[in-house]
Amino acid sequence: MAVYEHDVLVVGAGLAGMRATIAAISSGANAAMITKVHPVRSHSNAAQGGINAALTSRGDTWDDHALATVKGSDYLGDQDAIEVMCSEAGDTLIELEHMGVIFNRDDDGRLGTRRFGGQSVARTFFVADITGQALLHVLYEQIIKSEARIYEEWFVTSLVMIDGQCRGVVALELMTGQIHLIKAKAVILATGGCGRVYEPSTNGLIVTGDGIAMAYRAGATLMDMEMIQYHPTTLKGNGVLMTEAARGEGAYLLNSEGDRFMEKYAPNMMELASRDVVSRAEQTEINEGRGVDGCVLLDLRHLGREVIETKLSYINEVALDFVNVNLAEQPVPIRPGCHYIMGGIKTDVDGVTSIPGLYAAGECANVSVHGGNRLGANSLLDTIVFGRRSGLAATAYAKEIGESRVPESVIDVDVQYIKTLMSRESSNDSWAKIRREMGDSMNEHVAVFRNEEGMQAGLKNIIKLKERFSRLEVKDHSEVFNTSLLFTLELGYMLDLAESICVSALSRKESRGAHFRIDMPERDDKNWLKHTTVHISPDGPKIDYLPVVITQWEPQVRSY
Amino acid sequence: MQVTLNIKRFNPESEQPFPYEEEFNVEVEEHFTVLDSLIKVREEIDESLTLRCSCRASICGSCSMRVQGHAKLACKTKIIEVMDSEKRIKIEPMTNQPVVKDLVVDMKLFWDKIRDVRPWLQPEGPEPENEYIASNEAMIHLTGVMGCIMCGACVSDCTVLEVDNNFLGPAALAKAYRFVGDPRDGASKDRLKELSKYSGIWDCTRCYECVEVCPKGVAPMERIMVLRDKAIVAGFDGNYGARHTEAFSSLVEHSGWLDELRMIPKTFGMFNPLSLGPLMGMIPVGLRAFRRGKMPPIFHKSIPGVKNVRRIFKKLEARK
Repeated sequence: MAVYEHDVLVVGAGLAGMRATIAAISSGANAAMITKVHPVRSHSNAAQGGINAALTSRGDTWDDHALATVKGSDYLGDQDAIEVMCSEAGDTLIELEHMGVIFNRDDDGRLGTRRFGGQSVARTFFVADITGQALLHVLYEQIIKSEARIYEEWFVTSLVMIDGQCRGVVALELMTGQIHLIKAKAVILATGGCGRVYEPSTNGLIVTGDGIAMAYRAGATLMDMEMIQYHPTTLKGNGVLMTEAARGEGAYLLNSEGDRFMEKYAPNMMELASRDVVSRAEQTEINEGRGVDGCVLLDLRHLGREVIETKLSYINEVALDFVNVNLAEQPVPIRPGCHYIMGGIKTDVDGVTSIPGLYAAGECANVSVHGGNRLGANSLLDTIVFGRRSGLAATAYAKEIGESRVPESVIDVDVQYIKTLMSRESSNDSWAKIRREMGDSMNEHVAVFRNEEGMQAGLKNIIKLKERFSRLEVKDHSEVFNTSLLFTLELGYMLDLAESICVSALSRKESRGAHFRIDMPERDDKNWLKHTTVHISPDGPKIDYLPVVITQWEPQVRSY
Repeated sequence: MQVTLNIKRFNPESEQPFPYEEEFNVEVEEHFTVLDSLIKVREEIDESLTLRCSCRASICGSCSMRVQGHAKLACKTKIIEVMDSEKRIKIEPMTNQPVVKDLVVDMKLFWDKIRDVRPWLQPEGPEPENEYIASNEAMIHLTGVMGCIMCGACVSDCTVLEVDNNFLGPAALAKAYRFVGDPRDGASKDRLKELSKYSGIWDCTRCYECVEVCPKGVAPMERIMVLRDKAIVAGFDGNYGARHTEAFSSLVEHSGWLDELRMIPKTFGMFNPLSLGPLMGMIPVGLRAFRRGKMPPIFHKSIPGVKNVRRIFKKLEARK
């Protein structure tokens, strides 16, 4: 058996993973990346609107950005972490520009800005409406330059745990179907979110929460898993994202009566209130009969053709392709849709998790900078700032920690499990059916508006689906590029996460951020200004709580 | 509505590992894309159907394949726009790259070529404390190339790669353009020098396939043409490609139409010892042309309005 060994192994090759790898290599580590898809296929691609940063060189202040983020989080974000993210944002942005990102400019040739939700000033830097793609491809350029080893189209099936420490991963090489051991002194999870637990979702089909689930199974603490962001503007039908930048550039939200209904819900910020607020407003309009065929309308007509074609060209293409709407001529039907998870693997500001040797960064981690609700364009910033920091911290750890004997037999459990999946009796059930039912149930019961009864029903559904999954066979028995096996393994991860989301949501007896209970509609700072944590136990997910870190901003009434 | 998908499949593990075609009848909605229909097959009919896909919104670049004989992104291609009158759609893996299984190809060659153009920004001089100052026009212009999602459609359908896989190909050359066109890059001259060599910009035959099939409007061939101009301006004009271009325009400027006979020595270089081989190689071509009465005239006459042609050239030169 081939032996693979590194100081630092990064799982996932989106923005956080690539930034972590670059940081680890530049600080002298033998670092490699392992990813189930080619790096530029990663879902960071789909981020459209931009990246936030307060540039002090032009008079902006980072604590204003931090305050906006704290308020956006509905005071659930840890303020020490938010301070780190916002104070490092300026340098992070300039570093990206120096790497080669082709940010749009102002008339003087300096970096240009646009407005974004929840921010008092324009501090969102952007590349048209393909900012994520532009960043991802530039970071991949830097990865090519670094000559980092990439295990491409390898799927991690479990973390290797020796004496309570993470010492590497077990992975399935898709091209051959072989299972390998990759040893590492430190592992950084940067596998993104788990949006595909929901159906529909703005997320790509690959966004299945693998890293969060493997950390959970290995005993790591997850935090605030109930905080699922519904993006206010996702396309009717297939649920593809229509960037917040449309509203940042001035687009309106209209109901069936042609009113800018946000007036009622957020008279100051209007369409640029935070995402949880706008999504709830839309859903209320739809529920009260002022929707249009289950949607409301996003109207860009008054922005003019030039703005649409230069600054919003991608969503213009998407609207034409999928719903045959020309944004300059017609409003486009949109609705709230599952987009992002604020929760994830609990980490500190250096990506350190509750397991020694295991780090996490990006959407799979919860630092926590987004708390109950993430502001638009803060996620790209999160990936780069904390990707870099976790790369540095993991390298420092790897240099300190001694060697450990990792027996090759650690792969046996996964080899055996896959054999079992392949040899189960054939049935009429399929990964696709279970996945669909899980997604539909989550979207019905643990969505924009929640209540006790619904969430209980949702949890019950997931437990039943887990039972069905435990009998499910893989129908394709081939070795080369067996996606049937891959999707089954992913589904196993997702069901664990769906359960942890339901249990976490049921435990929070108040409304905060994205977690809105119609049976408990008030925020309750006295009892619930705290994080929910969840970890695995023989009796299922076990809930606990942690205090929120407050440094300088006491909770206030939140209105936009 | 029911449509018929004729999918070219390949299972490397079967006893007879040859590609074969399999027909699937699927019920689709009017708004379905080719990808939607393939996912339907995979989820409801045959779990073993293998393809790459993720974002469903033409940004991740995973799902390139040949649809009705041309490379397309399956997620961006509507069924009703490509099916034939019998509601059939032919779906095959990309070409110019080895097939791994069904619609999945091995893109190693693609990425090797991207790597070959040294695809990272190489600025000159000390880094500024803040951002580099650059015009918005320059950045917006580059956005057109950065819009490339590396899906491989252009490489699949490139007619040069079909006969010579040393060619850097449309995707890698478009990527190179992104740096040559970047005002912050300091290595443009070196890049143009490298790109002017064999397998670079002069190997494109301008067949337009890459422009046709690119799902993102990157127009690789047009970028290659701009690279050619820039290379000549930068002084890299000593190769056959650049000399061919120079010869073509100087001959047309001189007589108003192409003097094919003089084109050959002008391209290869009359007194260049290295061109002796290629020149000799043209002799049989010349003889065959002569036998079939297609030999260009030895005395090449100018067209009547040649003065006007020269005026056009002058105006264009002045514009540079």
